[in-house]
Amino acid sequence: MQEVTIGIAGAAGDGLDKSGDTLAKICGRLGLFVYAYNSYQSIIRGGHIWLKLRVGDKKVLNHGDRLTVLIALNQDSLERHASEVDEGGAIVFNGDRLKCDPALVRKGVQVLPIPIAELTAEVVKTHGALAPVMQNTIALGAALALSKLGLEEANQVLQDTFGHKGEKVVGLNQSVLKIGYDYANKECESVTTDWTFSKKKRPFLTGNEAIAIAAYAAGCKFYSAYPMTPASSILHWMSTNSRKTGIVVKQGEDELAVINMAIGAGIAGARSMCATAGGGFALMTEAMGMAGIMEVPVVAVEVQRGGPSTGLPTKTEQADLYQVYGASQGEYPRLIVCPRDIEDAYACTVEAFNMADKYQLPVTIMSDLLLSEHHEHVDQADMPAEVKVDRGEIVKEWSEDQGKFKRFQFTESGISPRALPGTANTIFTNASDDHDEESILISDMFTSPPVRRKIMEKRMRKVDNMLKELAPPKLEGGPADADVTIVCWGSTAGVVSEAVEMLNANGVKANFLCIKYIYPFHAKEVTEILSKAKKKISVEVNFTSQMARYLRSETGIAMDAHINKYDGEPFEPKEVMNLVKEKLAAKPINLDVTEADAKELAYHYLRTHSFEKLRPIKMVREAANGHGEPTWNIELAERVSGKKGGSMKVGVRTGATYSFVKDTE
Amino acid sequence: MATLIELPLDTYKGPVSPDWCPGCGDYGVLRSVQEAAGKNGVAPKDLLIVSGIGCSSNLPGFIHAYGIHSLHGRAVPVATGAHLANTDLKVVITGGDGDGYGIGIGHLLHAMRRNLDVTYVVMDNQIYGLTTGQASPTTSKGHVTKSTPVGNAETPLNPLALAIASGATYVARGFSGEAKLLTDLIAGGIAHKGFALIDVFSPCVTYNKINTYPFFKERVYKLEDENWEPNDFHKSLTKAYEWGDRIPLGVIYKTDQPTYEDSEAIFKKGALVKQPLEIDKKVFAELIEEMV
Repeated sequence: MQEVTIGIAGAAGDGLDKSGDTLAKICGRLGLFVYAYNSYQSIIRGGHIWLKLRVGDKKVLNHGDRLTVLIALNQDSLERHASEVDEGGAIVFNGDRLKCDPALVRKGVQVLPIPIAELTAEVVKTHGALAPVMQNTIALGAALALSKLGLEEANQVLQDTFGHKGEKVVGLNQSVLKIGYDYANKECESVTTDWTFSKKKRPFLTGNEAIAIAAYAAGCKFYSAYPMTPASSILHWMSTNSRKTGIVVKQGEDELAVINMAIGAGIAGARSMCATAGGGFALMTEAMGMAGIMEVPVVAVEVQRGGPSTGLPTKTEQADLYQVYGASQGEYPRLIVCPRDIEDAYACTVEAFNMADKYQLPVTIMSDLLLSEHHEHVDQADMPAEVKVDRGEIVKEWSEDQGKFKRFQFTESGISPRALPGTANTIFTNASDDHDEESILISDMFTSPPVRRKIMEKRMRKVDNMLKELAPPKLEGGPADADVTIVCWGSTAGVVSEAVEMLNANGVKANFLCIKYIYPFHAKEVTEILSKAKKKISVEVNFTSQMARYLRSETGIAMDAHINKYDGEPFEPKEVMNLVKEKLAAKPINLDVTEADAKELAYHYLRTHSFEKLRPIKMVREAANGHGEPTWNIELAERVSGKKGGSMKVGVRTGATYSFVKDTE
Repeated sequence: MATLIELPLDTYKGPVSPDWCPGCGDYGVLRSVQEAAGKNGVAPKDLLIVSGIGCSSNLPGFIHAYGIHSLHGRAVPVATGAHLANTDLKVVITGGDGDGYGIGIGHLLHAMRRNLDVTYVVMDNQIYGLTTGQASPTTSKGHVTKSTPVGNAETPLNPLALAIASGATYVARGFSGEAKLLTDLIAGGIAHKGFALIDVFSPCVTYNKINTYPFFKERVYKLEDENWEPNDFHKSLTKAYEWGDRIPLGVIYKTDQPTYEDSEAIFKKGALVKQPLEIDKKVFAELIEEMV
């Protein structure tokens, strides 16, 4: 695959998301694939934003671990990311305002400070002073030149984006873009070879948008939600398009209301869905059990973010497995499914509605921030307008001659005929208390152990029958007799599949197993696969290896090693490959603060203590120093002058800040 | 407009007899709900009774109509979802003061603010009955209960004032000892377009020895006997606070306002459940095109 990765770094409010959109659109129209990951913070302005677009001529499965072109919009961004740019790549920034420390730049990386004032002097004469956001457009032009993406599609995208503002605005943007483009062409070598553009256009969307549009295709009529990152963009899509889709969108007062509204709509017969993050789902759990005992079809989307509690609202994690699995008191039939990518999110959502209706139960789609919020180009064929719709057994008519209608009739399949309010002769009360076939409560006046036993068995039979319909997981990505089998779930699969490819290319025979259905679970199939696997390593974005524990409980098979990440960022392919190699070599886990960590910890301290005039320039490890652990002794320099500005010490094991000294002037 | 055909009481005779304590105020409320549905000519198949949890929330099981006996405090959102999914159903929410004014108060306020076209009958006995006698949000100050052995320290909540302030458009108080009036109030609520809250004194003969039938009989009076006009927001709000020797029964406040459903254009095509599931492929293509 031919590829480049373009990173745009700056502060929130710098407009870099717009630049990212434009770039992705250009690539998409050229027929290239983009996977974009935005490592942002939940603030409106300020803070650090890091948007990475990995562009390839084939389907891109993850954000990768490369950086070919860095566009830095402020000094902080330049310092933090300059050293990540790969050999042969380039660093682009506003040369009038920012300085790049040559010590940070790897060998073979081109540095391109753009003299914006000088280059735009002519434009300013005719158009007046340029808006600050125009520096982004100039940098974008430079990135287009470096990446050999041309100007033709770019000009068209600008035309489409700014057309409504008039030709003058379009023209200004196009000429500014060309300034950056021409300057980079003149000053630098390209960072890649010529592409072959298929010009096949594809939609560029997030996992959340895929879930929303799939719900529409599946005939969803009611959507309820309470705003919560990273699930809110489903609400936004649903609200924006409500008039077009005919889906009634209700923002509830809290997640309790949201799930209960969705269940009410489900009872009445509308296909209904709601979505939230882990914290909101915590409020929904009691009602999930109600949907289970009442046998109500409803779809709930749970998007995981860094927890516990408020945790890391805008960072990714896969640590809600037990929350979702354990949702509600008691036992009830349900489906829990974890899509692995955007195409899968689309398919899973359609399937969720069908399973919910057919088996009359709640379905939880577990996503995570990475899957829900990253953008990706997807083939239109993977998001068909025409989807299977199975509403299950709904009784349209019932005559009194047929006898008393039994809403919870004991059947072999466990599925009972369902009637919607409004139907004649099928009247019943849907109760959260347990009940008999006719929905008479068995919780109080008419308690009956045998009835309870039979209604439990009836409900739980649906689980086994449903499992037969679900595709079991399979080994992927390498030979069946691989030396190592990676186990993963959710969006991590996109990274793992590439890591496995790398491992195989590097002489380690590897494959992977991605678990999609949590409940019901393919215990037999997974046991068979894992019992034959040589070395088994779990890769999960959490601390406690939740999936590995779950697999052990369901199969009795333990992993040989666990790889975990819980810093809010998703895994990267090379990182996984290296960690797998370390695990195979039985290297003990080392949680020490690395040199790179020490630098980040220093930045954090400086930023949170308002010493932003300083930056870390040198980290030296000191073994013994009276702190009870080795330390990183960090030298600080003044950003502008480069003069020595102070020092600090950070514990290698604990990460504690032991001292901070600011040199007086 | 179709002529209204009233339906007799036995139309709504439930499959099971109530298991409330003998003398419980809820018997009268059940009968009035049935009569009120009959007066409005709502066929059992088109009537949806939604409740939460509590003695009074068992009501859906005792009436011949579709019912949802949901979770404690969640009757209102469940009813909201069911109503929005099928606006052709008449939705009556029934429950107690603990369910509606305690654990479920958040939902209630927002439902009133939305002016959903549903009717909510609260059987207010000023006590938690099902859990055998703890203080509820409407338990009077000083009242000794199992959970307030030295007397309730909290000021009781005023449901009528809250309803008026929150945007409910039909606010009434009934008493299960005044059957005819209660039926009229509930019937009026069902007929009213918008959110109707009917707070009903429904004495708990087992666990509330203060707010008894005699307690209310001595104090209540009917607003209709005093030519009360329920259409002034501020006067009604003041009236909602009348308590002590004289306690008003009847419609405290009534106003005609657009409902939530009026604001949703999608309902112009009919009830959601009756709209076709098939999507418009052209719209789908447009929505995809926006992402290209």
